[in-house]
Amino acid sequence: MPTKIEKDTLSGQNTTGHEWDGVKELNTPLPTWWVYTFYACIAFGIVYSALYPAWPWLNWHSKGLLGYSSRVELKQELDAQAKARAAFVDRIRATPLADIKKNPELFNFAVAGGRSAFQTNCMQCHGAGGAGSKGFPNLVDDDWMWGGSVDQIYTTIQHGIRNADDKSRQSMMPRFGVDGMLTSAQVAAVTDYVLSLSGKGKATPEGAKIFQEQCVACHKADGKGNQELGAPNLTDGIWLYGGDRDSIYRSIFYARNGSMPAWSGRLDEATMKMLAIYVHSLGGGR
Amino acid sequence: MDVRVQDDDAVSLRTQKAELPLYVTRIKVYPRAITGLWRRVKWAVLVLLLGIYYLVPWLRWDRGPDAPSQAILIDLDGRRGWFFDVVIWPQEIYFVTGFLILGAFGLFFASSLFGRVWCGFTCPQTVWTDLYMMVERLIEGDRNERMRLDRQPMSAGKAARKTLKHAAWLAIAAATGGAWVFYFVDAPTTLVKIFRGAASMEVYAFVGLFTATTYVLAGWAREQVCTYMCPWPRFQAAMLDEQSLIVTYQKWRGEPRGKHKAGDSWEGKGDCVDCRLCIAVCPTGIDIRDGQQIECIGCGLCIDACTQTMEKVGRPLDLIRWDTLADQQAKEKGGSTAAARWRPVRPRTLLYAGLLCIVAAVMSVAFFLRTDTELTVQRDRSPNFVRLSNGDIRNSYTVKILNKRRLEQHFQIALEGLPSAALGFVGAEVEGSGNAARLTVHPDAVGTFRVFVTVPAAAAPVGSKSITFAVREDAHGSRASHDAVFVGPAR
Repeated sequence: MPTKIEKDTLSGQNTTGHEWDGVKELNTPLPTWWVYTFYACIAFGIVYSALYPAWPWLNWHSKGLLGYSSRVELKQELDAQAKARAAFVDRIRATPLADIKKNPELFNFAVAGGRSAFQTNCMQCHGAGGAGSKGFPNLVDDDWMWGGSVDQIYTTIQHGIRNADDKSRQSMMPRFGVDGMLTSAQVAAVTDYVLSLSGKGKATPEGAKIFQEQCVACHKADGKGNQELGAPNLTDGIWLYGGDRDSIYRSIFYARNGSMPAWSGRLDEATMKMLAIYVHSLGGGR
Repeated sequence: MDVRVQDDDAVSLRTQKAELPLYVTRIKVYPRAITGLWRRVKWAVLVLLLGIYYLVPWLRWDRGPDAPSQAILIDLDGRRGWFFDVVIWPQEIYFVTGFLILGAFGLFFASSLFGRVWCGFTCPQTVWTDLYMMVERLIEGDRNERMRLDRQPMSAGKAARKTLKHAAWLAIAAATGGAWVFYFVDAPTTLVKIFRGAASMEVYAFVGLFTATTYVLAGWAREQVCTYMCPWPRFQAAMLDEQSLIVTYQKWRGEPRGKHKAGDSWEGKGDCVDCRLCIAVCPTGIDIRDGQQIECIGCGLCIDACTQTMEKVGRPLDLIRWDTLADQQAKEKGGSTAAARWRPVRPRTLLYAGLLCIVAAVMSVAFFLRTDTELTVQRDRSPNFVRLSNGDIRNSYTVKILNKRRLEQHFQIALEGLPSAALGFVGAEVEGSGNAARLTVHPDAVGTFRVFVTVPAAAAPVGSKSITFAVREDAHGSRASHDAVFVGPAR
């Protein structure tokens, strides 16, 4: 309660009458319209909280009279986006893979769409930039197990590798050590031979002999592999499961048969095409 | 027009407010018409500024068939700013920032020299309020007629005048809102569309918004904007000092004030005859004789009023004048002969002028060095580098070439700092391959390319190495370069 309203000698203004340890407050009146604006804001808040979702409860919140929901709005926006993209997506679907690259507009759309699909579906194994990791192929380099042309990449995406899909890429490396086909010493010898193919270590005649007997069917006599069978090139510097002696020994002893899911049932044709274009554009594409 | 010399009813807002409670209803200010030097200056500034504002969108500028023909156009959809022969791209928005900084320092500089010259003469709030007051005077008459009209009960005549006034205000407001959108869309075509109901929702919304703000702020809120809403009066005090020229009542000369009849002696009396004309003409309703106050916008109309009165009573002019606090303090101590020299050159003004010049110089250099070809290079960081099957090391870059010319260009790209590097490209608009490839960039567009830089293992740097990408187009002499790094494996 104001106690004693007095006139301030310096400014000639009245005080509010409040006093705190000798400190007094000048009464500088607010304009009334200001106060009304404040009331109008309160009224707006009440109306708004009735029209829109606002009031929370433990397991419930008021839905608002307009039935607005940000999820519905998001869905509408996504639908609108999909509609806007539909024209391009249809063209992607109708255009052969080889021709997409010739049309700058379509190609840029495919790369952007592929990048987005890649970040959602592929990066978990192949990494955000496509660099992969041990056991998951690097898509940026120029070494391909099943082929690096855009059509081969597209087939791999469609049907995957070593899965239940009918057209899935299939091949099986024998478990030379586990199944008793080679002894530990023989595995060690062929490991040395494989290392020597890329200029590391020294091979023994025994290793060369075993390689000729057991490995050339898939990896070819020169060790350059066979993309028809997903048999990797053993002469280059790229090793999916590690290029040190121990890793190669284990690969021969236990065999490696990585698999990749088929995306045909999960992604539509246009998305897979865009993925193929994107992966092909990462740098290793042939 | 009110012809009396005195205006006894004029009482400053402060006096009227003194006895009021915590909230006050706005006390309407009825500024009286006045003539004089500063009023003429204000009219001239008003005509100039409003002329610029309303007419500039109609300036045409021929840029060829595929570009807008409006001299000044900020095309938000097309993301281009057109200023005569200069085209600003979004990445050059710093020029706008530069203008805002120049504006701010200019304001500081002007304030430290001449006080609130911005508020009193050039602020849009002041200019449009002045225009609205002029219209109001034409329709409802001067101060006393308006006060009488407001006191009268409603009648057909009063209703007609009020309706006419608000209609005129709204027309000006709509023209103001319209002119605003014309800076962002083509003026002639949009004007037709607006009247045909064919303009976009945005156009109508912004015309409506600026119509509403002009009408409310210049018609109704007026001095309330300056006193309560605007932050500038609050912090411009930091730019003023005792050497700033401000509207000043010369208290030492004016007091003791009092009525004066012709023929009476001036002995023992101040020059102020308490005619209250200075209060009556004040657009913010203050009494300048109370001294410096936050409501004063420094428009100088009270100077005109006082000049008129001083001429009539035959006393020296300039009882209210532009002066510095320092000069007034000197005169209060030493009388009319004492004077403190005005020092426009002082550390504060030098600082503001210096900052103004530095920013202007930086912006000018940036402006004159801007090119119509720009290059940006972003290196892929995931993965940092790729080891190819033959051991070569490769880095990937996203290269963007900005072609600001209105013609297609074919760029050659070269790499400096890595002699053994081989270039590879992904992009639909690449002719040829390897280091001889030519990159096509469309007119007025950005070309994006992925560039692979491959070096033999033996030549790969350990860690990162600085390199430079350079593009050139010999046909038109376009050139640009950008620094980047090439990362090799740490050995």
